[in-house]
Amino acid sequence: MIQFSGVYKSFGDNEVLKGIDLDLPASKISVILGPSGEGKSVLLKHMIGLIRPDKGRVIVDGTDLSKLDDKALTAFRKNFGMLFQNAALFDSFNVEDNIAFPLREHTDLSEKEIAERVRQKLDLVGLKGAVSKMPSELSGGMRKRVGLARAIALEPRIILYDEPTTGLDPLMTDTINRLIVDTHHALAGTAGDTQKKSLSVTTVVISHDIEATFQVADFVAMIHDGVIIESGAPSVFEKSRHPFVRKFLDRHGDDA
Amino acid sequence: MFISRALEALGGFFTAGVREIGEFLIFFRSSFAWLFARPFRRDVFFRQLEFIGVRSLPIIALTGTFTGMVFGLQTGYAFRTFNAQIFVGSTVGLALTREIGPVFTALMVAARAGSAMAAEIGTMKVTEQVDALSAMAVNPLHYLVVPRVVAATIMLPLLAGIFSLIGVVGAYFVAVHLLHIGPTVFMQKLTYYVDADDVIGGLIKAAIFGGVLGLISCQRGYRTSGGAEGVGRSTTQAVVASSVAILVLDYFLTSWILELFPGNG
Repeated sequence: MIQFSGVYKSFGDNEVLKGIDLDLPASKISVILGPSGEGKSVLLKHMIGLIRPDKGRVIVDGTDLSKLDDKALTAFRKNFGMLFQNAALFDSFNVEDNIAFPLREHTDLSEKEIAERVRQKLDLVGLKGAVSKMPSELSGGMRKRVGLARAIALEPRIILYDEPTTGLDPLMTDTINRLIVDTHHALAGTAGDTQKKSLSVTTVVISHDIEATFQVADFVAMIHDGVIIESGAPSVFEKSRHPFVRKFLDRHGDDA
Repeated sequence: MFISRALEALGGFFTAGVREIGEFLIFFRSSFAWLFARPFRRDVFFRQLEFIGVRSLPIIALTGTFTGMVFGLQTGYAFRTFNAQIFVGSTVGLALTREIGPVFTALMVAARAGSAMAAEIGTMKVTEQVDALSAMAVNPLHYLVVPRVVAATIMLPLLAGIFSLIGVVGAYFVAVHLLHIGPTVFMQKLTYYVDADDVIGGLIKAAIFGGVLGLISCQRGYRTSGGAEGVGRSTTQAVVASSVAILVLDYFLTSWILELFPGNG
């Protein structure tokens, strides 16, 4: 469960978030929709404490992030996996070392076990052959898949996706969407194996891709002009009467 | 009208300066908090020692040689006018160990390694790799900044020592072979006037310069924004700010070190 209450954030004179109130359900796939440049990424980065609010609170699974100091926040982030917009792979490391990075940092696994885990994650994203490639040799879609493999290497409880399908062709968009759903369920399974039975995975995706949203979402929210203007299950959201939601949905409907 | 506008500009300049220094001090404090934090990443640290130290050796050796040679030449000619050539060795030795060795080494390393630190961290910043580190529960200050600053602090005195040593060799070559000053008297005055205090004082300065240039360069990289242009800007700023800081700091450190390690001069 990720809760925002009264979150404000400005950068210089530019007020990006103007009082966000939002509850994202645990163990579900939530999608936050909104036009480009209206603070979706800023919102997502608040969830993992990469950006701290000027005012208001962000509470993740009962922990108020603003109450954590640098070290506690760093430790708390082990619960998260995040896929960045351009994957943010370490360009001085090859694919294997990128995915192994969080494992080497945070586990006592042997190099052999790490290699095994890396292979398993690469297999999950369908990139078995890319182990020793450098990020610069990969296409945009491949980078995102490696980024996803890295994000889930530690089998986190919360996965955040920053515009996972932006800039990809339709086929790759489908692949990534399927991966988001598969990963959600696959990790829910492994979390049950390795940790307490009740653990499950919370997924948050930010996107401006309507079609993709309704393919994957259990819960949809929409941000516009710094506030959440609509949220709910996809079936509810689709019937929203909010004029901007209608405009956004219908415009995209025409495109398709 | 003109005066008020001038005052306004001056005030703006002043507040910007204060803000910069404040930001730097906050960065220093946050980084310092991670100095002794676990885990100790040996590989990352040794890579920085190699990059800042070992790979700077050729340029330090080259500039050290020529600095020593030109210094030997200048003092040789100047001292000849009042028949004091015998003091070339000691003068060059004192100047190199106390002043020129640490300062030139720091300037060279700022240009070579400081710029690289700013560019690398800056690029990681604008491509979200720094955020990715944070997201993977690795503090970027701990992972990127601490090893670089510590490595620079350790390596600068070693490089400055090598610079001074090679510089003295260069000066010896010029003094003995070109200016025909007696080798014995060169060495005698050198060893008589240059003390352990002079060397230690110079090495302390070099270590502080190393820490400062590392910290400034990392901070410039860390606050980069705005793509490739931003990275270029940060890299330039890193070299300029480090160099200015080294030269300004040099005065204050020197006045302090002269009291602590007076030598016999």
